Amino acid sequence: MAKKNSTANKLDWEYAPSLEGTDHIQLKEKYDLYIGGKFVKPSSGKYFATTNPATGEKLADVAYGDESDVDKAVKAARKAYTEVWSKLSGKERGKYIYRIARIMQERARELAVIETLDAGKVIRESRDVDVPLACNHFFYYAGWADKLEYAFPNRKIESLGVAGQIIPWNFPILMAAWKIAPALAAGNTVVLKPAETTPLTALKLAEIFHDAGLPPGVVNIVTGYGDTGAAIVNHADVDKIAFTGSTGVGKIIQKAIAGTNKKATLELGGKSANIIMDDAPIDQAVEGIINGIFFNQGHVCCAGSRLFVQENVADEVIKKLKRRMDTLIVGNPLDKNTDVGAINSKEQLATIQKYIKLGISEGATMHQSRAKIPANGYYCAPTIFTDVAQSSTIVQEEIFGPVLTIQTFRTVDEVIQKANNTPFGLAAGVWSDKGSRVFNLTSKLKAGVVWANTYNKFDPTSPFGGYKESGYGREGGLHGLGAYVKLK
Amino acid sequence: MCFKAQHLHDMHPGLPTVAAVCVYPSMVKVAKKEVGNSGVKVASVSTAFPSGQAPLEVKLMDTKFAVSEGADEIDMVISRGKFLSGEYNFVFDEIAAIKEACGKARLKVILETGELVTLDNVRKASDIAMYAGADFIKTSTGKIQPAATMQVTYTMLMAIRDFMDATGIQVGMKPAGGISNSKLALHNLVMVNEVLGSDWLTNEWFRFGASSLANDVLMQIRKLETGVYQSSDYFSID
Repeated sequence: MAKKNSTANKLDWEYAPSLEGTDHIQLKEKYDLYIGGKFVKPSSGKYFATTNPATGEKLADVAYGDESDVDKAVKAARKAYTEVWSKLSGKERGKYIYRIARIMQERARELAVIETLDAGKVIRESRDVDVPLACNHFFYYAGWADKLEYAFPNRKIESLGVAGQIIPWNFPILMAAWKIAPALAAGNTVVLKPAETTPLTALKLAEIFHDAGLPPGVVNIVTGYGDTGAAIVNHADVDKIAFTGSTGVGKIIQKAIAGTNKKATLELGGKSANIIMDDAPIDQAVEGIINGIFFNQGHVCCAGSRLFVQENVADEVIKKLKRRMDTLIVGNPLDKNTDVGAINSKEQLATIQKYIKLGISEGATMHQSRAKIPANGYYCAPTIFTDVAQSSTIVQEEIFGPVLTIQTFRTVDEVIQKANNTPFGLAAGVWSDKGSRVFNLTSKLKAGVVWANTYNKFDPTSPFGGYKESGYGREGGLHGLGAYVKLK
Repeated sequence: MCFKAQHLHDMHPGLPTVAAVCVYPSMVKVAKKEVGNSGVKVASVSTAFPSGQAPLEVKLMDTKFAVSEGADEIDMVISRGKFLSGEYNFVFDEIAAIKEACGKARLKVILETGELVTLDNVRKASDIAMYAGADFIKTSTGKIQPAATMQVTYTMLMAIRDFMDATGIQVGMKPAGGISNSKLALHNLVMVNEVLGSDWLTNEWFRFGASSLANDVLMQIRKLETGVYQSSDYFSID
């Protein structure tokens, strides 16, 4: 810690950086597609670069998979399904999944650093949240593999076949775990496409599957852009689509699979309400607001992006929130002190800035954290908007960045009406000291997850998913397992 | 002890002195004479320290005596029994009376958080002490464990911040007991910086009560200079 004397007696503190090392990670210069247990070149011969959003530097070239590559991957998955995986006992499947989880734990540090480099998220988060949770999902579903008849008592259980899985860039390894673990536990094989800006940890997972001795073709990883994902969705021999991403793409997928036998789970956008009642513990609620909107730079589908504060405590909450925002450290995601890292991509930064401009032009009052922002890389200062209404664009549309809108309310009925007045319904938060008030709100909010006196808490045993345009189907817990089986 | 307070680091000129030496009322006169005009303040524990188990008249006499002997600061303990049985007015009035008896001496109010047990109680006691006129709030006497845990200090810092917001009056903070090494001290300083800001990072508004900390700080400074840790026998234990 460096300190400098400003006056004779008073100290002004600056925290010296505490950088996580990168010399222990192993990254190849070029990554091929992982199909049928081997890394194979893309048929087009094309590659694209994945970069570190904190610096703009290239990390690796990654294969651009096209329709024929997807076809190869689906064929490999089908072969593995019929010849190997569907014939294995649940106990044997469980052993593989446990082994994957253990190897992930052993390589947790490397996975966390690569995730931070590729996605821009802070090391504290990838180290303490994303990677451990991803491991826990594998452990959790490994435990179900030989107990499916207890998960669904008195039902005959069949796996679905080949699952096509398309995951987003905000939680790359965690989303891969959410999707792959239950699919394998239930006896399905997988073709997974990571997002184009964050493919590296999925490719590291491929190496881990390889090291775990997972039979060839059980999990295939095809990197690429939107058309690669479309090829998976449209492939005739895929039995199930699991997608996490934007509501726009979710609607396209919904149309594409209409009239087919494909099952689907869609986990889409959100504009979740975080509600502060006047009896809430204000300092804890302020931490909850910060966590709700600035965790992972606001790139969280369930981010608490619409804050509702009871009018009689609004001034106090906003004052404390602003002060807390000024203490956030924005900067190098590899620094263990950093609270808010880099925006995932140049495109996303432009989207966020567009919404901030729109907020101002629609008459809202903006306040930004005084945190120092690095000159290079893609960064956005934590931002809040007051003087907004239900009709403001920034209140209605998902921004997917560190931007919070603040509205006030007077009664419980009013806040329920306002919170539910959105096409989305993924999550909500309620802060109150009074149990009956909490339960009244949690039962009336139309959202898949409602947190009380906390926010952004995740656990493999707990199902996650949305109402309305936030999607359908659930991931996590028994519900998540149910999405990968046919019950008779 | 007074000698050490003034000659803590003669080998390292330019470092600030300790803020104060803390003694029983009977030793105030001696201590005051010893520290002279070195800038080191003399604080006196009073109010039947450390138990506080005496009637208000005795506590007031104890306090007035210490002040009359020249104490710059008074450290009192609150009546935990009364607090825990919900007699908050009693606790408030007692602090206010002792504050009056202090005259110009600054009053530190020791909550003895180890006996208050819950953070809700710590917060409530902090508010009572500040509204009753405390210049400083302090975690512990050092005679009871647990003493200044991070959670307790954090709770009191938040109370100070809210009191400042509500009244505009700055109150000092003193975690005492248990902060025996430099690393823990840094944790605490960071906490103060994060919750209250750099206005509190002076010996006027933030103090550590931990005699053993001084030696560890000296040992770390010596290590920075020489590259190796010295034996603890090179540091006097008074």
